[in-house]
Amino acid sequence: MFLTVIGALNEGFLQTLKLFGVTLLGALPLGLVVMFGSICGFTPLRWLTRTVVWIIRGTPLMLQLIIIFYIPGKLLDASPWPSGEDGRFMAACVAFIINYACYFSEIYRGGVQGVPVGQQEAGQVLGMTKRQIFFHITLLQMVKRIVPPMSNEIITLVKDTSITRIISMQEIIWAGYAFLKTSHGYSGLLWPLFFTGVYYLIFSGLLTLLFGWIEKKLGYFR
Amino acid sequence: MAMLQVQNLEKHFGSTRVLENISFDLQEGQSLAIIGSSGSGKTTLLRCLNFLETPNQGKILVKGETLFDADDPATQRESEVRKKRLHFGMVFQSFNLFPQYTALKNVTLAKELLAQERKDYKQNKKQILEEIQQEGRKLLEQMGLAQRENHYPHQLSGGQQQRVAIARALAMQPDILCFDEPTSALDPELTGEVLKVIRGLAQQKTTMIIVTHEMAFARDVADQVLFMDGGVIVERGAARQVIEHPQEERTRQFLSRYAENS
Repeated sequence: MFLTVIGALNEGFLQTLKLFGVTLLGALPLGLVVMFGSICGFTPLRWLTRTVVWIIRGTPLMLQLIIIFYIPGKLLDASPWPSGEDGRFMAACVAFIINYACYFSEIYRGGVQGVPVGQQEAGQVLGMTKRQIFFHITLLQMVKRIVPPMSNEIITLVKDTSITRIISMQEIIWAGYAFLKTSHGYSGLLWPLFFTGVYYLIFSGLLTLLFGWIEKKLGYFR
Repeated sequence: MAMLQVQNLEKHFGSTRVLENISFDLQEGQSLAIIGSSGSGKTTLLRCLNFLETPNQGKILVKGETLFDADDPATQRESEVRKKRLHFGMVFQSFNLFPQYTALKNVTLAKELLAQERKDYKQNKKQILEEIQQEGRKLLEQMGLAQRENHYPHQLSGGQQQRVAIARALAMQPDILCFDEPTSALDPELTGEVLKVIRGLAQQKTTMIIVTHEMAFARDVADQVLFMDGGVIVERGAARQVIEHPQEERTRQFLSRYAENS
């Protein structure tokens, strides 16, 4: 029984990890684009970006997920998402990337604006180009500033993946819950659901160690 | 020919006039101290010379070459401004060292990046970088920081940081070195070491412009003193003359307020 449960949970957790990975791959760079929009000198674009960020941050991710998964199908007669688990996974990726890009963009903005103007000016008077100033001076200072808030956000992401259950994506909570209903020849089995917590704990523990290491690596300067 | 000529420089932020009709010359090897109360436009003037602000009117010439002309947009193109900046060096009040680099790397970074534009960079890369390192070490030694080259800025005292900043500016071999209140952010007991270095530079006939609140220092080290008030030059002359026998009423008032407070 134990091996059956672990096998099913592993499969669910793999889906969780895939969503986690794809979201980071998409949202980390997209967040940078959103940030440039929200500090852009062109007022209409700045306001548009800030309005989008407000809406995305101001509504529950679960609601966004439901809208992205179901509404296009209602409007277009046929759902744009492939049927089955693939479609659910794709919709989840889209919703998560948009949502997390908005949060990341605000963290990036804080990081960039937190680097003193004097740093840029010092580079300028030494004849550096804007590019050189960004890559050789600003970037690392920005990264150092955003590590703590980013680690917070990324650890939240690990656990937020569980809300994809609302569109029946087969992540780890779904896999654990299946034993409570009828599946794999078991029914009414409660402990697999709680056991999923161990997976989350171990994974976020590893991430905590990783971020601690990064912070330590960047601790050589202030 | 004068090393630096500033002609009718004007700068306003919105409707506030910060600089008005600023004209002066500076000869090679001379040092000029700019004094005046806060908000008199001293710092803005230095920032204009370093292209950190764009003047609304006027011209800036170095060795007879027009670096900036408010009426000629061609002199304000970003690509050209970058090279022209190198005629000036700037030492900031708050040092602005790069925290992620060692003292030596702070001094050499800009030079290394600039060297990448040399045609023979790829062939002689090792040798070029080696030379830049040597020059950087020499400058730190000159600043009395030979033992500190591998320290990061946060491991150095304010006075040491400012001396690294001076070495960093000197590394680009500017024609004119500008100091913006170089000792104002320092504890009183640390100002001496920085002033000593600047005095040494003056003795080596470095062309300098020093914005300062240290009147005794200005009197003893600078060749010329320029007193600014409300964005205009009120008085200008030989350092000792201006500080000990000011001709203008406003200069007298400023200096006597200073004497009372110190």
